[in-house]
Amino acid sequence: MEFIIFSPLLGAIICGFFHRLVGEMQVALFATTILLISAIFSWTIFLNIFPFETDTRVLFSWLNSGTFAAEWSIKIDSLVKTMLVVITSVSSLVHLYSIGYMKGDHNWGESEIYIARFFAYLSLFTFAMLMLVCADNILQLFFGWEGVGLASYLLIGFYYKKPSANSAAIKAFIVNRVGDFFFLIGIFLIFVTFGSVHFSDIFASLESSNKELNEPIFFALNIKELICFFLFIGAMGKSAQIFLHTWLPDAMEGPTPVSALIHAATMVTAGVFLTCRFSPLFEMAPFVSSFIVIIGSLTALFAASVALVQTDIKRIIAYSTCSQLGYMFVAAGAGFYHAAIFHLFTHAFFKALLFLGAGSVIHSMHHEQDIRRFGGLRSKLPWTFLGMLVGTLAITGAGIPLSYYLFGFNFGLSGFVSKDIIIEGVFASKNAGTVFAFYVLVFSAFLTSFYSWRLIFLTFFGQFRGSKDDYEHSHEPSWNMLVPLVFLSLGSIFFGSLFEYSFTNEKYQIFSDSIILSINNTIMHDFHYVPVGIKLAPFCAMLLGVLFAVYCYLINTEVPMKLAKQQNILYKFLLNKWYFDELYEIIFVKPIRIIAKIFWEIGDVFLINGGVHGVAVVVIPKFVSLASRVQSGFVYHYALVMIIGFTLILSSFVFYLDDY
Amino acid sequence: MDFILSLITFLPLLGAAIITLFVQGSDKQASENAKRVSLVTSLFVFFLSIFLLSQFDTRESGFQFLEEFLWLGFFNYKLGVDGLSMSLLVLTASIMPIVFLSSWGVNKRVKEFLIAFLILETLMIGVFVSLDLFLFYVFFEAGLIPMFLIIGIWGGKDRVFASFKFFLYTLLGSILMLIAMIVMWDLSGTTDITKLLEFNFDYKPIYVMGIYLPAGIQSLLWLAFFASFAVKLPMFPLHTWLPDAHVQAPTAGSVVLAAILLKMGGYGFLRFSVPMFYEASLYFQNFVFFISIIAIVYTSLIALAQTDMKKLIAYSSVAHMGFVTIGIFSFNQQGLDGAVFQMISHGFISAGLFLVVGVIYDRTGSREISSFGGLINAMPSYAFVFMIFTLGNIGLPGTSGFVGEFLTLLGLFKENSAYAVIATIGVILSACYALYLYKRMMFGELVKESLKRISDVSIREKLCLYPLVILVILLGLYPNIALNVFSPTLNILIEGLE
Repeated sequence: MEFIIFSPLLGAIICGFFHRLVGEMQVALFATTILLISAIFSWTIFLNIFPFETDTRVLFSWLNSGTFAAEWSIKIDSLVKTMLVVITSVSSLVHLYSIGYMKGDHNWGESEIYIARFFAYLSLFTFAMLMLVCADNILQLFFGWEGVGLASYLLIGFYYKKPSANSAAIKAFIVNRVGDFFFLIGIFLIFVTFGSVHFSDIFASLESSNKELNEPIFFALNIKELICFFLFIGAMGKSAQIFLHTWLPDAMEGPTPVSALIHAATMVTAGVFLTCRFSPLFEMAPFVSSFIVIIGSLTALFAASVALVQTDIKRIIAYSTCSQLGYMFVAAGAGFYHAAIFHLFTHAFFKALLFLGAGSVIHSMHHEQDIRRFGGLRSKLPWTFLGMLVGTLAITGAGIPLSYYLFGFNFGLSGFVSKDIIIEGVFASKNAGTVFAFYVLVFSAFLTSFYSWRLIFLTFFGQFRGSKDDYEHSHEPSWNMLVPLVFLSLGSIFFGSLFEYSFTNEKYQIFSDSIILSINNTIMHDFHYVPVGIKLAPFCAMLLGVLFAVYCYLINTEVPMKLAKQQNILYKFLLNKWYFDELYEIIFVKPIRIIAKIFWEIGDVFLINGGVHGVAVVVIPKFVSLASRVQSGFVYHYALVMIIGFTLILSSFVFYLDDY
Repeated sequence: MDFILSLITFLPLLGAAIITLFVQGSDKQASENAKRVSLVTSLFVFFLSIFLLSQFDTRESGFQFLEEFLWLGFFNYKLGVDGLSMSLLVLTASIMPIVFLSSWGVNKRVKEFLIAFLILETLMIGVFVSLDLFLFYVFFEAGLIPMFLIIGIWGGKDRVFASFKFFLYTLLGSILMLIAMIVMWDLSGTTDITKLLEFNFDYKPIYVMGIYLPAGIQSLLWLAFFASFAVKLPMFPLHTWLPDAHVQAPTAGSVVLAAILLKMGGYGFLRFSVPMFYEASLYFQNFVFFISIIAIVYTSLIALAQTDMKKLIAYSSVAHMGFVTIGIFSFNQQGLDGAVFQMISHGFISAGLFLVVGVIYDRTGSREISSFGGLINAMPSYAFVFMIFTLGNIGLPGTSGFVGEFLTLLGLFKENSAYAVIATIGVILSACYALYLYKRMMFGELVKESLKRISDVSIREKLCLYPLVILVILLGLYPNIALNVFSPTLNILIEGLE
């Protein structure tokens, strides 16, 4: 267990500090190998080959102050085991992929060392993410939370010579800090309310029916609702939910393997993990749960709609990630945490697959990312095409509908199983707002299918639209970039049907030690019994999306242009991502700059300094000239005046004080 | 063993004497010798302080290593340390060798420069270990003189203006404190701090010249001490001397100023204002919170608008000192622990940041942010060190900056959640100005012709910077090594308040 968590740290240290000693490629290989080993360990633990009891191991104390105590520790339960598998598998495959991808990067000169630095950041990220999920107290979780934020900042800004990358990195960090601001307040509230930051203590005191916890303190909201609200805003920042999502598309400035690992599979799902970790608390916060449902469904719709018209291959997938995270949050808000984690699990594989596939395309196209300049790459990049195809089938949800009635489990690609379960669960849920969410999610499924296939058709079908040279030179990448694609494809195909039972079966699901539902929440049971029409809805929406995409991009390629012209306002609105960036520029960035300048120039320089200097220059000379009249030049005069003055001051005090 | 505190305190003075008496001439060899003497002296002090720390019993309440004798019949020479002063003593002793090492490149009046710093070290340690009111005052005030000279002689272009501003601001505050001390002596009949801590100053409401004073004479005494410590710390709106002083001071001066001298304000609050005038402190609590929060938000925003590196870091110092005061005036364990931890942590981080600025200033003679850019291409080690200090300044978990900010904010939150929410905004703003600074300095292409041949940090500079890097991370991952020293003392302090 300790090995799994600390091996990436070791990898990061060796890559960061010893690359001159050993050589760049060697340290990169070392970091990759050690991570592959820990991935294998994680799987053996997950599949119970090496059984690990639910347990907490304290490594050493971190912070003690009065009654406040937090330790460095490793918590082991089924939620952690699941996350370990996701993190170490995707991370090790991305490490392997990066060895090929980063070699001979055109952004760097001959003598510049960048591969070791890249691997150091990548391993550091993995370590921070593992610390996050293994935390048994919220402070360590926050350490991991900020640690992954730092690694994300460093990796987005990896091409530090590009100004756009630097701006994107800072934007990501600061938008996340806004979320962290709420997160910190959530931590303060937790400590003040429960007197501890350990999960076990928090949940234990929830069970004891303490009256204070239910008293409304902020309008109708009680303290539990407030805590959940603040934690969720923190989660919104990290998981790029609407209003705090603006950093994620810009984060695509980082190298593509980074997008696959951090901005698709792992870090952005930390928010979902947080809500699942705090499921006992969120279960007691119906208002916030409904709020989560609304935010999640809005994000799913917003991001899917923007993805329709984007032309940068990575940005399309980024918006797609954003949208899928919305699905997970809706599930969590509907009280169906199992489905949220399940979708997190499957999404990690197919989204990483899509990103790495896109990376292969970009790599072979000499870092061209505009899908308008691709086309017909199917024959040139057959393996990549197959991988992307699997990924697209998985995300759009291809499978055999209603197979549950036939086999007792859903038969289809991973996204089919996990996404349909969410939509069914949302329909079955009793939480407020889920009816709205149901329609939005089904419609988003239609949009998802459309933009995903649009990407495939524009990239791999039709005529090549870029420069001829690029087409001639394009070729499949080396084996170490294809192997990860193969593994991820296998995961995307099978993991849905394979793990559905253990994730979501009412009786035998594995999360009984970590996700606790309230007694009234019967969603685990109910979602199987939704009407057949509801079960078919997402599949039909998907099918509609495919057909529409086929029509627009294969049969009648004039349609998209016409549509864009006809609906110009809508098109512009979507193309500019609902104008969020412009809006934030006007209401936050510019005013803060102006206020900063005003405070400095008027506050400090003019008022405070000016005032003091004014006194010094105007008033004091007057006193001096007054004082100079009494100057006589005789030392004993001064001495006399001093003694008199001193006596007066002292005696006045003595006089005052004697009265009391 | 009986006089170890005096030894630590006056050893630097001995070093200064050795330089004056035995290092003759003003040639290169002489200044080299002087540098060696001062470095060795400060290292001696450092090891002695570590030895003292190892002998220090954290479980025992009250002061340890006491020394006391009467001098000339009325001057009560009394030294001693508790957990609070022990921590700040070690902070001082560990910063000073770095200061001497970093000023190896000074070549103007080297001997005098080093003597000034050695005297300053004695005076700073004296402030933390003295247990007599007037002894404290002498050390506290005398410390102004060497610093005044350091800025005024070895400073930048407007050094004379800055040094006078520094001197006058601090002096005006201190005069009020002197009067308050005389009154305290008059009331209690003693200047012994240990006895004063047990003395109850009257807090019945009174009228003085028609002004209603709710906490009685305590309010007057509190305000007088506040004037001195608020300038020193500095607190809004008395902070404007600090950016000027920092910009003009030589690197070593800035390091001492930010890392140690500012801490005297916080130390003063914890030694005098809070335990001796608790009722007045309680009365002024909201006032202190209010101006501290203004300091955090207002100066962070101002830092965002700066174009001079040193000014930016100076304003960020003011913001970070705001966390110290909110922690102290929360009057609970987390707040006080956080405040002292923040002082120590800020000591290392700000020292690191000013050294980082010094490195680049030595090479280019410029502190304008706009005259740099893309330095990471030429100076990778420098970029690493700068990044760690930047992260510490932001308060990223895992660095010492986080622990201080987190605990003080938690302490404040327990006391007043609305203020705490506003103060937490500082967490966002610090990320803005610190990362924006780093981006403008380090990232991008290296386009400026003059910067292309710039050299990375030398071994001497590494010896200054790396210990600080290690401390920032160590204190972030295992803050208990520091908390264990001062937390029991603060616990006793809090229990004494109720």
